Order: sequence, then C-alpha cells, then structure tokens
Amino acid sequence: MDFATLLQVLDSTVRLATPLLLACLAGLFSERSGIFDIGLEGKMLAAAFFSAAVASITGDVWIGLVAGVLASLALSIVHGLASITFRGNQLISGVAINFLAAGLTVLIAQDWFSQGGRTPSLIGQGRFEAITLPGADALSGVPILGPIYAELISGHSILVYVAFAMVPLTWWVLYRTRFGLRLRAVGEAPEAVDTAGVSVIGLRYAAIGICGVLCGLAGAYLATGLQAGFVKDMTAGRGYIALAALIFAKWRPWYALYACLLFGLLQAVALRYQNIDLGAFTVPVQFMDALPYILTVVILAGFVGKAIPPRAGGEPYVKER
Amino acid sequence: MDKMPGWADALLVPLISLLLAAILSALVIIGIGEDPIAAFKLMVDGALMRSSGWGYTLYYATNFIFTGLAVAVAFHARLFNIGGEGQAMIGGLGVALCCLFIPWPNWYIALIGATASAAIFGALWALIPAYLQAKRGSHIVITTIMFNFIAAALLNYILVSILRPPGAMDPATARFPKPTHLPTFQDMFSTAAEPMFRGSPANVTFFIALAACLLVWVLIWRTRLGYEIRAFGESQSAARYAGISPVRITVITMLISGGLAGLMALNTTMGEAERLVMNATEGAGFIGIAVALMGRSHPLGVLLAALLFGFLYQGGAELALWTNIPRELIVVIQALVILFTGALDNMVRMPLEKLFLARRRKA
Repeated sequence: MDFATLLQVLDSTVRLATPLLLACLAGLFSERSGIFDIGLEGKMLAAAFFSAAVASITGDVWIGLVAGVLASLALSIVHGLASITFRGNQLISGVAINFLAAGLTVLIAQDWFSQGGRTPSLIGQGRFEAITLPGADALSGVPILGPIYAELISGHSILVYVAFAMVPLTWWVLYRTRFGLRLRAVGEAPEAVDTAGVSVIGLRYAAIGICGVLCGLAGAYLATGLQAGFVKDMTAGRGYIALAALIFAKWRPWYALYACLLFGLLQAVALRYQNIDLGAFTVPVQFMDALPYILTVVILAGFVGKAIPPRAGGEPYVKER
Repeated sequence: MDKMPGWADALLVPLISLLLAAILSALVIIGIGEDPIAAFKLMVDGALMRSSGWGYTLYYATNFIFTGLAVAVAFHARLFNIGGEGQAMIGGLGVALCCLFIPWPNWYIALIGATASAAIFGALWALIPAYLQAKRGSHIVITTIMFNFIAAALLNYILVSILRPPGAMDPATARFPKPTHLPTFQDMFSTAAEPMFRGSPANVTFFIALAACLLVWVLIWRTRLGYEIRAFGESQSAARYAGISPVRITVITMLISGGLAGLMALNTTMGEAERLVMNATEGAGFIGIAVALMGRSHPLGVLLAALLFGFLYQGGAELALWTNIPRELIVVIQALVILFTGALDNMVRMPLEKLFLARRRKA
C-alpha cells in the first residue's frame, strides 16, 4: 500500500467516522443521564430525510439542516414522553422510534417527490461543500506533511469539523460544568440529585434534547455532506454502530472519538477492498462488516476491561413519597 | 387496592392503545392525501374476502406467531430478546443444511428433521447472548442487537461463498430436493370442483405454529419450569431465595426463545421459497416485538395479534399494488402499535386506573 492510497483510506475514515461520532456523542449525553437510547438510528434517519428534502425544496442546505435537527428533536420528545413522563420501557420506545422513522421517511418521500422513497439529488447550495483550510494549496508541495494537511485535514465539509470539535466540548460540559456534574449524577443516582433539589425530569429532558440535536447533525451530514440526497434506509445500521462505539468507549467522550475512528476505518477498508488477501487466507468483506459488532460483544463480555453502563440507566425515576 | 379489574387490564388497555394507533395511522394516510376508509376496505378485500388472500394472511401470521412467541417467552423472564431476526436467519441456515444434505424420503419426516434443526440453530444463536447476560452481566438487548448484524454478515458470507450453486448469480442456496417440499393449503384443501387458496404460500407450518402456541401455554402456566421463569421475571431476588438459579433460567429461557424464532424459518424457507435466500426473514423478527406486546405475552394474545399483523401485511401489499400508498405504511403502523402498547402503556393505564378508583370509591 503506497502513501497516496493510505491517505485516501484515512480520508474516507474521517468522513465515515463523522456521523458515527455525532450519533455516539448524542447517545453519550442521553445514556449518561440514565436514558437508554436505541433510537439513535431512527433519529438519524429522520434527520437525513428532512434535511435532504427541505434542502432540495428550498435550495439552501442550512434551512435543510435546521429541518433535520427539528425532526430528530421531535422524535427525542416522543422518546422523552414515553420514557421520562410516562415511565415506559426505554428500549421498547427506542425500537418504536426506529420503525417510525424507517416507515415515515419513505412514506413522506413518496408523497412529496414520487421517486420511490428518495429525494432528488442535491446540487449546488443544497449540499455542504468541502472547505479548503487556509494554506492547504500552498503547503501541498511539502513532502508527507503537505499532503496530510491538504487531503486529510483540509477539504471536509463544515459538519466534519463540528463533529470533531464536539469531542472536547462534550468533555468540557460533562466534566467541567455544573450542568455536566448533575447530568452524570442523574444517570448514577437520581434520588441524590432529587434530594439536592434539582429536577431529575428537567435534566433528563435536557439530555435527550442535546441527544436530538446531535443526532440531527449526524443525519443531516449523511444526506447533505457524505452523500447528495436521501435514499431509503440510508443510515444502514450506523445508529447501532454508534451505540456499539459508545459501549466500546465505556461512555467517555475521548474514547468515543477513538472508537468511532476505529469503526470508521473498518468501514473505509471494507468499502475499498472487497476481500483482503493475507497470503495464507483471505479475510472476507462480510467479516469486516461484522467486526464492530463482534468487538462490542467482546468488550461487553468483559474479557477486555469491563464496560459498566451508568447505574440508573434504563430505570424510570419514581419520586418517593 | 388501586388495581383495575382483570378484564380491563387484559382487554381494555390493549384495545384503547390499538385504537390510538389506528387513529394515528388514519391521520398518516390522510396526511399523504389518501382516503383511510377506502384504504381499509381495500385491505379487507385483499386480505380476507378471498381464500387466496387468507392464504397470504395466514402465511404471514405463521411467521409472526413464531417470532411473537419467542419475544413473549423471554418477556416472562423479563428478558428483552431483540435478536429474533438473527435467530430466525440462523434457523433458516439450519433448515437449508438439513434439507440440502440429508436425503429425506418424504415431506413429513423431513419436516420433523427440519423442525429440530431450525430450533437448534436458532437456540444456539441465542446461547451466547444468554450466557453473557447470565454470567458476565452484558445487557442482553445490546448483545442480541449485535448478534442480528453478525448473523446477517455470516449468512451473507455463507450464501455468497459456500452454499451458492456454481454459476448462480443471486446469493441463495440451490433449490431443496422434491421430497422436502411441504404441502400448501392449496394442496390440502382444494377439491377438484373448487380450488382453494390458489397460489398462496400458506402451508402446513401454520399448524406447527398453532401447536407451538399450545406448548408455550403449557410451558408457562402448567410446568415447573414455566413457574420458575415467571417467578424469575417477577422478582429476581425472590426467585434466588426460592432456590431458582438465575443463570439456568436465563439460559434456558433464551434457548427456548431462540428456538421459537428459529422455527419461523420453516415457514419462509422450507414452506415458501424452498431454498434459503438473503433476507428471508423480512423483518418478522422485529414484528414479533409488536405482536408480543399487543398479545400481553399470552399465547392466545400472540395468536390474535399475529393474525392482525398478518392481515396488515397482506392488506399493505394490496395497498401498494393498487394505490400510491407504499408498503412502508405497515412499518409505521407497526411502530405505532409498539409505541402505544409498549412504551406509552402508562399513558392509557394511569387515567384508566384513576377512573376505576373513582368509581370504586363511589360504590
């Protein structure tokens, strides 16, 4: 493998890791507050459709982005109603949201565009364009470092940089602010937070609100940055891979970045090479597809460090009287 | 006691939830510019007014009975098995291997062999998540989701690289030999004068599904194991004090659940396609969740809910054929049913409980 190929694979790793990272951080906020969310997939899908649909109607990707985030937020509120207000089963609510998004997006796409459940291809202002960072062209002549800067670091759309900036921001919010402390506390011991006079319900709604916004960005990036338009089921299990990355990272922001880059790399390699010939035997492409899930099961099994979820996760909070 | 009477809990709450789901579905149909009453009529015509329509309805219902029972059995032990889809895929592999490589003399002996094979393959696919939940405390919902994806990748690999006959293009096995073909309802119920269920895929597996309902009822409410499963589901600590091993119950319950999900493959693989194709499950593993929730995890409820979803599936196919409403409408209805009967259960239950309480105080 030569240097140029390596750069291309890494470049596509960054692009493929971006939606995973945004969704993973979304799940991190939600689950750290004690709300399990397996509806990441559905929220991304809804955001992908509405951002692409509105961007193609208005011709402005920013309006599309807002629409996508709002769609994702709406599903977050449904999840909140079911799992916080009515103390229902959070996992079942997540499953319902995934199906709701899978069905509604195609139904509405067919009604609006009549193109078999897809949106028209986005052109011009309807997409997020790649940004060339200052000096990228000038430096591209420098050996090794030049191409790395010009191709790997520069030349992505704005949402990629937003996603990577979200990692330190998430860390700062969670570990350096009062809100973050309370958010982590409400996922571990909601009764203690309640005793301190802070609203458990308010904190949890705030967490799933952030989760909705981040999932919205992830979905919008899929449809308007990574690809040009919405197609049926375009998230293709990314919400679940993000969930896997979250467990892999043991619910911590910096590790989430590493896990998403790893899973992004697996996707990039599987996309570029069909079967990998290792001389003695070939690694089939299906194995690469399954690897994130296999790794997650291994981590969950606790053979390589134990993944312990937030203690109050999945449990609706009932005030004692 | 602040409880409702039993009939309200078993019938009224699900019916109101279902009604809410139906109203929202009707609003969705209006939203995309179609007439919900005309759509419903078309669904009834296509699914219930002809014997071939019934043939499809019962065929789909057979799938949903198996996957619904799978989720229901696990629910009794308070385990949420989302892995029905993967277990059914691997069950299909069991059916295919059994039908392709064993020379069966006739269909009913083949059916016995394939039933065992499907159940064992499905159960084994549930074994690792069950063991990890019981021994290592890994959340079974997450592991079964992961195993769905692993199953899909594994099946893809096996179909593309190993079982695909030479020269074939699509990832599927060869056709199963003639003696393994199951009799369809058309073969069984048609007379020379009057053909019945013409061209529809419903087959003898439906009766196995009915038998499975009965067996699950016996298991849950008439055996010692079933009692232990329910006790474990009600209270893990109480069950432990009563000498019930959590590891044993978790593993056995998941094996039964996985086996039931695996049995679904009999219907799709041996009964209908007569070869194993990619995506033979078509999401039926997930519909099992809706079916089990609506059926309140009771075999009779599961049977009725499976028939309802069979009707929705066949009716939805008719809609897609004759109107501009795509098949995804069924996915939306399914989501609404899961949402209202599962996650938003308390939204219906809390006001009802208050209502009954107020009436009792007056009386």
